[in-house]
Amino acid sequence: MSDATAGMIEAQKPPPQARRRWGIARIAGTMLCGLWAALGLGIAASLVSNYDADIFTRYMPRMMEGLWVTAKLVVLSIMAGGLLAIPLALARMSHNPLIAKPAFAYVYAFRGTPLLGQVFLLYYGAGQFVDELQAVGLWWFFRDAYNCVLLTFILNTAAYQAEIYKTAIESIPRGQWEAASSLGLHKGTTFRKIILPQAMITALRPLGNEIILMVKGSAVASIVTVFDLMGATKLAFSRTYDFNVYLWAAIIYLMIVETLRRVWAVLERRLTRHLVR
Amino acid sequence: MELFQMLAWGPEGWADELAEGTWLTVRLALATLPFGLALGLLVALAKTSGEKSLETAANVYTTIFRGLPELLTLFIVYYGGQMALQKLVGLFTDTYVEVNGFVAGMVALGLVFSAFASEVFASAFKGIPAGQGEAAQALGMTRWQAFRLVTLPQLIRLSIGGLSNLWLILLKETSLVSVIALNDLLRNTNVAVGSTKQPLFFYSVALAIYLVLSLISSKGLGAIEAHVKRGEERRA
Repeated sequence: MSDATAGMIEAQKPPPQARRRWGIARIAGTMLCGLWAALGLGIAASLVSNYDADIFTRYMPRMMEGLWVTAKLVVLSIMAGGLLAIPLALARMSHNPLIAKPAFAYVYAFRGTPLLGQVFLLYYGAGQFVDELQAVGLWWFFRDAYNCVLLTFILNTAAYQAEIYKTAIESIPRGQWEAASSLGLHKGTTFRKIILPQAMITALRPLGNEIILMVKGSAVASIVTVFDLMGATKLAFSRTYDFNVYLWAAIIYLMIVETLRRVWAVLERRLTRHLVR
Repeated sequence: MELFQMLAWGPEGWADELAEGTWLTVRLALATLPFGLALGLLVALAKTSGEKSLETAANVYTTIFRGLPELLTLFIVYYGGQMALQKLVGLFTDTYVEVNGFVAGMVALGLVFSAFASEVFASAFKGIPAGQGEAAQALGMTRWQAFRLVTLPQLIRLSIGGLSNLWLILLKETSLVSVIALNDLLRNTNVAVGSTKQPLFFYSVALAIYLVLSLISSKGLGAIEAHVKRGEERRA
């Protein structure tokens, strides 16, 4: 045994790592990183040096209330929109044109027009029908800008989510439907117990993106006098002309979106761990 | 019927105002596109450069402009740009400067567009096998030639789908500039509503115009996509 290794060269250490050279890319990259660092420090310095305790104590609580409004808007619209989206997705896939065509028109109309325009249409449009709405006892709902915005968001995200679910459901092989039906499972049961759980996994990533889009999109609520985070920020800016309030808002929004993105990535990895090969 | 008379062309009707607004919306989106595409491509090149510091800088850029609400980005560019420019000019003279709303809108929308476009380009770059660059090198092409003749045509083909989506999003997001007093389609509609008290009708017309713009865009983009993919084999 020892003879076999007798004439061999001894094990050597690995060669030293080649020194990274200062090429154009590295110089540019270092400079850009420096620029970001300088910008970050500059913003931090501006936030500290222009810190006005009076403005902070007066408007920060309002912004936090605004954050709560934003959170409510996003959570409620995503959930209610999701409930609306599943029948809508099924209608989109229906073979009956009388069901599929209107569902397609709905999705197309909401996805093809700006959210801000939709908010205006519903909020100001409802104002045109005060008497009619009062007659049917719905005016209390439409009188409040918050409700109008919430309803618009629900209808809007339902269209986007319907498209997500449709793609996800269609990604499940037909054989699964056939296998379930050969086992004597009801169509509804097949959908609920077999198709939907698998489709939800495919839908997970686009759904995460949709939630993030909704967080960002909810800022338009501020334009029709809803005091969400953006609305509170705008109010603070218009009263103080202190640009720092926009920077505070930017930091808060960035933190929410980044946290959501990371939490969603962890969630997705956890839920798909049985699919990893 | 009275409603449709309000859509007449000229001083009594609002058709000309709406048309002007639509024209501004289209111009803004078209002006943002090359700026956003070029910046997005640069950021994507940085992301795929293999140089750690460049990748970090590019990722910070994407994180910021993908995470901020577009409306907030617009306000920061518009008001922040105004304040910064005023300070800069204030060093030399004390004239009052005003940031052009069109430029502010273009910059803000372009920053957001480029952040998303860089992701599209970066994943398209990953879809092009590394061996192709090596093959181009073996044929004696310069790096620029290899990029222009080998990488770019495939890059366009791989990213056209994602970029089409971004264009449709951009077209809708131009509506946000109406809040910084730029006379785009939505703002002119607001003016019309303010004077006629017919919100339902005018906002429906405006949304229908946006829908037509989207429709024309997706037809056009579909044709472009079919053209750049004409060499691909047909599946299914």
